[in-house]
Amino acid sequence: MAVEKLPLAKAINVSLRTALETDPKVLVMGEDVGKLGGVFRVTDGLQKDFGEDRVIDTPLAESGIVGTAIGLALRGYRPVVEIQFDGFVFPAYDQIVTQLAKMHARALGKIKLPVVIRIPYGGGIGAVEHHSESPEALFAHVAGLKVVSPANASDGYWMMQQAIQSDDPVIFFEPKRRYWDRAEVDTEAIPAPLHGAQVVRPGTDATLVAYGPMVKVCLEAAAAAAEEGRSLEVVDLRSMSPIDFDTVQGSVEKTRRLIVVHEAPVFLGTGAEIAARITERCFYHLEAPVLRVGGYHAPYPPARLEEEYLPGLDRVLDAVDRSLAY
Amino acid sequence: MTVESTAERKPRRTGGNQRASAKKAAPAAKKAAPAKKAAGTKKAAAGKTAPAAQPETDLVQLLTPEGKRVERPEYEQYVEDITPEELRGLYRDMLLTRRFDAEATSLQRQGELGLWASLLGQEAAQIGSGRATREDDYVFPTYREHGVAWCRGVDPTNLLGMFRGVNNGGWDPNSNNFHLYTIVIGSQALHATGYAMGVAKDGADSAVVAYFGDGASSQGDVAEAFTFSAVYNAPVVFFCQNNQWAISEPTEKQTRVPLYQRAQGYGFPGVRVDGNDVLACLAVTRWALERARRGEGPTLVEAFTYRMGAHTTSDDPTRYRHDDERQSWEAKDPIARLRAYLESEKYADEAFFAELEEESETLGKRVREVVRSMPDPDHLAIFENVYADGHALVDEERAQFAAYQASFADTGAEGEGK
Repeated sequence: MAVEKLPLAKAINVSLRTALETDPKVLVMGEDVGKLGGVFRVTDGLQKDFGEDRVIDTPLAESGIVGTAIGLALRGYRPVVEIQFDGFVFPAYDQIVTQLAKMHARALGKIKLPVVIRIPYGGGIGAVEHHSESPEALFAHVAGLKVVSPANASDGYWMMQQAIQSDDPVIFFEPKRRYWDRAEVDTEAIPAPLHGAQVVRPGTDATLVAYGPMVKVCLEAAAAAAEEGRSLEVVDLRSMSPIDFDTVQGSVEKTRRLIVVHEAPVFLGTGAEIAARITERCFYHLEAPVLRVGGYHAPYPPARLEEEYLPGLDRVLDAVDRSLAY
Repeated sequence: MTVESTAERKPRRTGGNQRASAKKAAPAAKKAAPAKKAAGTKKAAAGKTAPAAQPETDLVQLLTPEGKRVERPEYEQYVEDITPEELRGLYRDMLLTRRFDAEATSLQRQGELGLWASLLGQEAAQIGSGRATREDDYVFPTYREHGVAWCRGVDPTNLLGMFRGVNNGGWDPNSNNFHLYTIVIGSQALHATGYAMGVAKDGADSAVVAYFGDGASSQGDVAEAFTFSAVYNAPVVFFCQNNQWAISEPTEKQTRVPLYQRAQGYGFPGVRVDGNDVLACLAVTRWALERARRGEGPTLVEAFTYRMGAHTTSDDPTRYRHDDERQSWEAKDPIARLRAYLESEKYADEAFFAELEEESETLGKRVREVVRSMPDPDHLAIFENVYADGHALVDEERAQFAAYQASFADTGAEGEGK
């Protein structure tokens, strides 16, 4: 298989399979990842082919999953662990922040922690609470962690390959509502750098920066805006730590207006950091303040309200209007 | 490593006298059975000078506080070959560890260290268990395992970097198979379990020891480590030093059952050992490590001991405990009892003790000198090793910081020039 059209979930599955095949030290572990293949089937068929020793159904204890993954990494393994849903990661937060993130520095670089933590995240699937959150900023804030999120199947495949090869811990946020979106995956391509942002639609009037599930929304917004004669550039950030500010800066110097879009609450979110840094870098280029579109400072609402809570095409275009009105 | 294979083993580990049915370790195995029963009875410890009140009836002890050798048939095989030289070695380990520890406390008082967590009183638990480990075994300590570090061959001065504030760990865990000190208690029990899972995957017969205390036993991570290690039958020994105090909280604030009994609920054996008896700690840990090597899974060892000093140099124990408690434990001092044994058996003479005294002074002097001459880290060390593969933001901030620092250098030069 060189080029094939795959859903995001399947692309990640293929990527995990490739990693298990090529590196005997790679392990997949998590709740229900084995026989069931994961609640989203991202690990479907892996245990059958690689055995219970390498695709490990764990007890239902997230701190235990990450804590033992750290121990396995210290032994020379490269565990890829699954946290079943975004809202379930917090029992493991201490292990991730206090242990995993700092251990390489504490050992003065003598040990490496190549652990990937996969987290299906974000809303839009009508789930019950704790199944729709976007906690990426809580991880990007922590030195020692790298945080990425693919927005399409091709990135799902390649970014997972790169995350597994990374000698640093990587928090890998998977936009669960895009799991079934198909895109071409070329497994023989030369992948873009893991932490580089990409201009996925060029434009001239304003820049939309998004990642994960919101890239699609922004592309739709740009298409709608085009019908009104507005040319929007869309940047897929791809990595929230580190952030490729150079690419964002390049875009903003051209369009002079920036709107950052994410599902996570706006307050102290990824957009806040981008707004601050781009204001610093592009102060004399900006025609309008950097605007942010995202979730509110409220618990993720019940499913019947999530349409109102989540940024959609209209809210993005409303922000574009406000930006252009300056 | 599969759940199935674990399940297969379960009956052997869950029955009332599970360990007895184990295999050739039968003698050792048997011991825990009485231990468990003893929760209610008072017989096991009879014959020895029953140490203090407490529910210590099930305590494994080979050397009484007076230094008299007593028999525990189940464990004899683990120390029966021990030579006088090895016994002197254990004594030396404990004495030098105590000397090092005292030196570190002094250095803190002199302002050379920011903090020190003394192991005073816990030398036997640490030396006994530490000397039971093999070179290829791996140890995950808390922040008080100075004696274990000594046994693993870690240069004691390396332990002081973090307490002086020149690093946050500072040694290569893989050079002595001794992980970094862990300050958030209990976390390392999971690392040990994961590491042990890896050992089993590799088909090695090494084992792993996770150290923690009575306070950490309340942490969820310790409970999860028990669960994971049991489910995956991981070759790990949980060595809990119950030193009776978690800063100001007595063990009763952590548990309603003797800690070693918790193991039963997880499906593996738990044993309480006299933590001030170096011989018993050595024997019990060897037994537990051999179980691990044979693929019989985890063991919980509760070393019943006492934190003779403060929690750390910042603590004031007079606010929460009485001197008479400490005095009662002084009578059970781990070093004094081995010395009494060595003397009564004529395993060591005055010259040995005198030489050791000299050696300990030399050690103290070396520690002092090394600590006092420890350089402060370079300012740019803030940005070192944050990531293994680098990170754009760290690079950017390092450059900004360097430029900021350099701006002072310029000013200075200008000032001088004028």
